[in-house]
Amino acid sequence: MGPRHRRLLCTGAVWRWCPWRGPGRKMAAEPGSVANGAGGMADSVRAPEEALFPPAFSVSEIKNKQRRHFMFLRWKQQRRKEKLANKKKRKKEREALGDKAPPKPIPKTIENQRVYDETTVDPTDEEITFDEATDEFAPYFNRQIVPKILITTSDRPRGRSVRFCEQLSTVIPNSHVYYRRGLALKRIIPQCISRDFTDLIVINEDRKIPNGLVLSHLPDGPTAHFRMSSVRLRKEIKRKGKEPTEHQPEVILNNFTTRLGHSIGRMFASLFPHDPQFIGRQVATFHNQRDYIFFRFHRYIFKSEKKVGIQELGPRFTLKLRSLQKGTFDSKFGEYEWIHKRREMDTSRRKFHL
Amino acid sequence: MAASARWNHVWVGSETGILKGVNLRRRQATNYLPAAALRRDQGVCAMCWGDLAESEILVGCLDRSVKLFSAEKGKFTESRQCPGGEGPFCGLAVHDSSIITCVESGLLKVWQDASSENVEIQVGGGVCRMRQNPAWPLCVGTGGKENALKVWDLHRPEEPIFRAKNVRNDWLNLRVPVWECDLQFLPDSEKIVTCTGHHQVRLYDPSSPQRRPVLEVTYGEHPLTALSLTPGANSVIVGSSRGDMAVIDLRQGRLVKCLKGFAGSVRSIHCHPTLPLVASCGLDRFLRVHHIEEKRLVHKVYLKSRLNCLLLTSCEKWEDEEPELAAPQADVKEEEDDLWDVMETVATKAVPKRRVHPTGQEPQLDKRPKKQKRTSAGP
Repeated sequence: MGPRHRRLLCTGAVWRWCPWRGPGRKMAAEPGSVANGAGGMADSVRAPEEALFPPAFSVSEIKNKQRRHFMFLRWKQQRRKEKLANKKKRKKEREALGDKAPPKPIPKTIENQRVYDETTVDPTDEEITFDEATDEFAPYFNRQIVPKILITTSDRPRGRSVRFCEQLSTVIPNSHVYYRRGLALKRIIPQCISRDFTDLIVINEDRKIPNGLVLSHLPDGPTAHFRMSSVRLRKEIKRKGKEPTEHQPEVILNNFTTRLGHSIGRMFASLFPHDPQFIGRQVATFHNQRDYIFFRFHRYIFKSEKKVGIQELGPRFTLKLRSLQKGTFDSKFGEYEWIHKRREMDTSRRKFHL
Repeated sequence: MAASARWNHVWVGSETGILKGVNLRRRQATNYLPAAALRRDQGVCAMCWGDLAESEILVGCLDRSVKLFSAEKGKFTESRQCPGGEGPFCGLAVHDSSIITCVESGLLKVWQDASSENVEIQVGGGVCRMRQNPAWPLCVGTGGKENALKVWDLHRPEEPIFRAKNVRNDWLNLRVPVWECDLQFLPDSEKIVTCTGHHQVRLYDPSSPQRRPVLEVTYGEHPLTALSLTPGANSVIVGSSRGDMAVIDLRQGRLVKCLKGFAGSVRSIHCHPTLPLVASCGLDRFLRVHHIEEKRLVHKVYLKSRLNCLLLTSCEKWEDEEPELAAPQADVKEEEDDLWDVMETVATKAVPKRRVHPTGQEPQLDKRPKKQKRTSAGP
């Protein structure tokens, strides 16, 4: 490769440094030594450009694969070294400052960088308070009705779904498990209403794995459809406690902040009766994190004034809301209050709906 | 307060009984309550303009009261009960000082000031929507579940002037169910466009001998709940219960474009008569204004309650009008004159009219009634 060729390399707008050939400055100087007037002119023009574009080297531009790999490893090693040194330095500084050290910065997570949702409920807002106070769950929250829940499955459930239903009914007081018998949901719902059921839970399964949950509030909606995942039955949980008792559990609803989240939270709350029996020391948790709702069922004990122990009782599962429908279940003609449209809504990782 | 209520761009009726005025330029929404307290039984189920100047709004509530809201005063001025029939209002219209109401059970009534001469028409049960023909206010159309489209002349309430016929049986020779969800009259022709709960958009032409639809388009898989004609009346915008909104061409019967951004069912759509803007609201508690040509979401306003119906002003100086200019003028009439001035300078159709007049500069007060007549005749 002659000097002429090298000059061609250097004339690009972005000035590249070729590490395996030594520093680039030498190469830029070389064409000047060639007895060529035009080349000299070009050099004088190029000189300020060098200052504008400092040598930007990227390993990915190396064409030789072995070399690229080697350089990448070296670059990675170097970066790690720098990082560790930096960390050590900071630690030393903190120790030197002692108590006066500035507080540690809060780590960035996608939750605390959440895109602001304008539907976040302001508890002082009169209109929203009224809207919530008169919605479909108002009779439950005004203590006019006692929840009575029917749990059923998709048609012909297999082992895991059946056991899951049974375990779910031990968690939710006053719930009844019925075999579906191939009945249509639209025919089940009027029968439920006539028998004073307040909620209907349908577990869907796919190839023996429970994967969906329809929760319908009766008599006039709404209906929520969840995707269900990570179902662990009692048997599969390690360090579990003894079988749960028949006491009415406490309910914890975490992080349901938006207007939609509030509706969903109220829906879960209305599954459990008022006035938990604290003697049972059992608590059911619906924890929302990044739009995934985690369900856990625990027994707690106060070991001392400061320490508390918890013991999981199971089952555990994760829910993700797919749609909220106004009225009872009607997948064909029902009106959706909210439906998850993945293409349109999942544009930002930091946008959450619940 | 009075002036600010007048300059609202969109009026929205909510399920909790609140009339909301939204000023899009200032990005603020104001609540106007009919009573002192919120009541769910006063949920708004129908709305229409009370006069052609769009200074009054008629609001039909769930408890069968029709209230008159004055945009000038910024409050509810009158209220009257319209009992009879069952179910909520599914249409509200105004004609010379008389109110036309229609309820779900199919009782269409014309409420005149002298209550003795009320016209009553039984249009058949399960009505979903009643709409007035803007070009001919005495003509209304009704349609509903198992209740095919009918067009009524209020002077001759015995028989509908047009009764649609159901489409032919399908390929299994089964009857096709009828469910007209919304309808609208096309200006400059007798045609009527409807959307159905079985995701069809149909175009009827009463002037042709055919009583079946002359055009049928299907869109999506979910019931179409609302529709509105675009400014040129060449296409129609339909909204579905899943929150899809699409522009459908009425000449070829083709899907032109989809407008995105909805999370829940669309309850009401309203296009601006001249500008390429469309406002829509629904169960997801948002008011959205889209640009039709560019498919862009121009405004999105969270209004806290489920929204049932909306009205969009037809004023044309959309973004740049200055509410402060009108504020100092105390007299309401003068303000109205100002509005007419504004409308004249902008309207494209006003230009040939002006040429007809021998003197270009006429006193504005003389002109006013004439123009009202023109607008009542329809574009």
